[in-house]
Amino acid sequence: MRNLKLIIQREYLARVRNKTFIIMTFLSPLILVGMFALIAYLSMLNSSEQHIIGLYDETEMFSTEFIDAEEIQYLDLSDRSLEEAKTLVRNEGYYGLIYIPKNVGKGMENVAFYGKESPGFGTVQTLEKTIADRLTRQELVTRGVDLSELDDARRQVKLEIQNFSGERTSKMSNYIKMFFGGAAGYLLMMFIIIYGNMVMRSVIEEKTNRIIEIIVSSVKPIQLMMGKVLGTSLAGITQFSIWLLLGGVLSLISFYILGIDLFSVQKDQLANIEQVVQPEIAQLVVDVLNLPIFNLIIFFVIYFISGYFLYSAIYAAIGAAVDSETDTQQFMFPVILPLMLGIYVGFFSVIENPHGSIATIFSMIPLTSPIVMLMRIPFGVPWWELAISLGILILTNFAVIWLAAKIYRVGILMYGKKASYKELFKWLKY
Amino acid sequence: MENLLVAENIYKKFGGFTALNNVSISIPKGSIFGLLGPNGAGKTTLLRIINQITMPDEGQVFLDGKPLHPSDIAHIGYLPEERGLYKSMKVGEQALYLARLKGLSKAEAKARLEYWFKKLHIEGWWNKKIQELSKGMAQKVQFIITVLHKPKLLIFDEPFSGFDPVNAGLIKDEILQLKEEGATILFSTHRMESVEELCDYMALIHKSNKLLDGKVSEIKREYKSNTYEVGLEAENETELLKELNERFVLGKAKFQSINDDLKLTIQLQENETQNDLLTYLIGKARINHFVEVIPSVNDIFIKTVTQNA
Repeated sequence: MRNLKLIIQREYLARVRNKTFIIMTFLSPLILVGMFALIAYLSMLNSSEQHIIGLYDETEMFSTEFIDAEEIQYLDLSDRSLEEAKTLVRNEGYYGLIYIPKNVGKGMENVAFYGKESPGFGTVQTLEKTIADRLTRQELVTRGVDLSELDDARRQVKLEIQNFSGERTSKMSNYIKMFFGGAAGYLLMMFIIIYGNMVMRSVIEEKTNRIIEIIVSSVKPIQLMMGKVLGTSLAGITQFSIWLLLGGVLSLISFYILGIDLFSVQKDQLANIEQVVQPEIAQLVVDVLNLPIFNLIIFFVIYFISGYFLYSAIYAAIGAAVDSETDTQQFMFPVILPLMLGIYVGFFSVIENPHGSIATIFSMIPLTSPIVMLMRIPFGVPWWELAISLGILILTNFAVIWLAAKIYRVGILMYGKKASYKELFKWLKY
Repeated sequence: MENLLVAENIYKKFGGFTALNNVSISIPKGSIFGLLGPNGAGKTTLLRIINQITMPDEGQVFLDGKPLHPSDIAHIGYLPEERGLYKSMKVGEQALYLARLKGLSKAEAKARLEYWFKKLHIEGWWNKKIQELSKGMAQKVQFIITVLHKPKLLIFDEPFSGFDPVNAGLIKDEILQLKEEGATILFSTHRMESVEELCDYMALIHKSNKLLDGKVSEIKREYKSNTYEVGLEAENETELLKELNERFVLGKAKFQSINDDLKLTIQLQENETQNDLLTYLIGKARINHFVEVIPSVNDIFIKTVTQNA
């Protein structure tokens, strides 16, 4: 135990003192927040840009239909010839010109839009909808329908979703569950890839430095392997915490500087929402509180740890089997594959049907279960499924760590031998 | 003499390859034991088994009469052939870490490190990183780490490879001093002259088998062929040569001499002694040079290996 502690300490310090590690710890949140801030800033610029669209209306029906909005201003040019209007729009650098011919709505609706570049999808939709609405109403009037009657007769329906015990849930609730589950699964995958690789590199480093034999003459290889995995994960947790903290602070600062006032936006929206959908918001809060937070955290920790351990042991064994990082390629694919599979099954199958057979099966298979199960848990998983899945995962963990330790024990003392799968299999029998 | 380490009937196979085939060695307390053998003979595997890095398929190792136990690593110091250090770690920090893994307390380790750093004239290296040191410098640090916890048994795998002559001499002196202080030393090498200089006992391993072992002096006695090297001066050298040729098996000899000698090796019959040869020669020539030919370890090595090839 004393030696394990020493190894964990060394591994932790070696990771944390590494220059690249330090730089990445402080630079990553900066880059990430910078990117988001840039995107937010650019889209703000974009939305504050004003387009002017010319209107050439031969029917004289639409001049009141097009209402100036924040982004688009309409300019009626119907009082001159079409060619003049086009020239004017082009010379003034306006966004475009809508041409509505006299016979619109009768047969082919050849409404045209002239512009230097094709308009955005949203603009096209607004324009089409405005014109179509106007024409439909016109047509209804022609057919003798009283429009005020029609508006009066409209009814709205909203589904109120409840479970059998009578608890109400909102549509939002499912999104929230997806968000929590997806975030947990994705976080685990990222953690495994980043820090699993770090474990592998540190094993390779010890091999290439030829220090391994000096160390295993004082400690058992499995102690060294476990110490490495634990030390590296502690370094990982440190880095993750710093990222979260720094990311939070930096995004607040950058939003403040760029004048994206989160709170005012929320206040405006809340004021709006309060009148219309106040029960909806209250329901949202209830939903979040109704999530089995305690269970979520407990199982997140359990699955996170066992999933990470499982993969780290495999990474350590790979590191021991090769002489340099370039030789790891052939072994990386079978590691990345189940991770990817877990994420895809999670995003496509769990969200669609959290208790379907695909989601259930993949939350039992040990290499994918940590990710898939983490995504399923917010939707509520029966305790016996959790028990089976965890049982399989923990048993596999022991088996894999045992096998990895065997490969590790032999591999770390093999120099200059390119390991194949056949070779690895032989090592298991030494 | 009591044995510190005994390895009995060790077998080790790696897949289909036999690395050690029924190898036994006994190392007397306080001696220097040389493990000889060409590359790939199985020396390193045997050392790894003694260090409990690999387990033997069959056979047992005893330290001080008791079967080897994991806690015995505190009594063994091992300098492997494939040796290195963490590149990006500071020398002092690294030595401290490795010493503590061997069971020393932090304060004790530090005190002993300071003593050794001073002794090998590397006091200023504490805060240097290994990547700034040359290979020979790093070897000094490794040597210190190996001996720091004052183990009863010191195991060196090819200790002199990579050292320049000055530092090799320094390390050799340290090894001899450690022996004086009571340590037992086992080292493996394929460089015979170091065995000649240092070892009391030796074993020869070739192709996974032990071919011979024992006290170096006894082995040499066993391998000598009753041959003498002589430098003779005579009136009529051709006559003398002819006469000798009829009676003995002759060979050419090479040695430094200020006289214009006839330089020969003379092999005697088994029942003859050097006195017989001297009496025979005295009447016939002036004897300027007379010495028994003792086989070097190198000769024994080559002879045994070629015999068993």
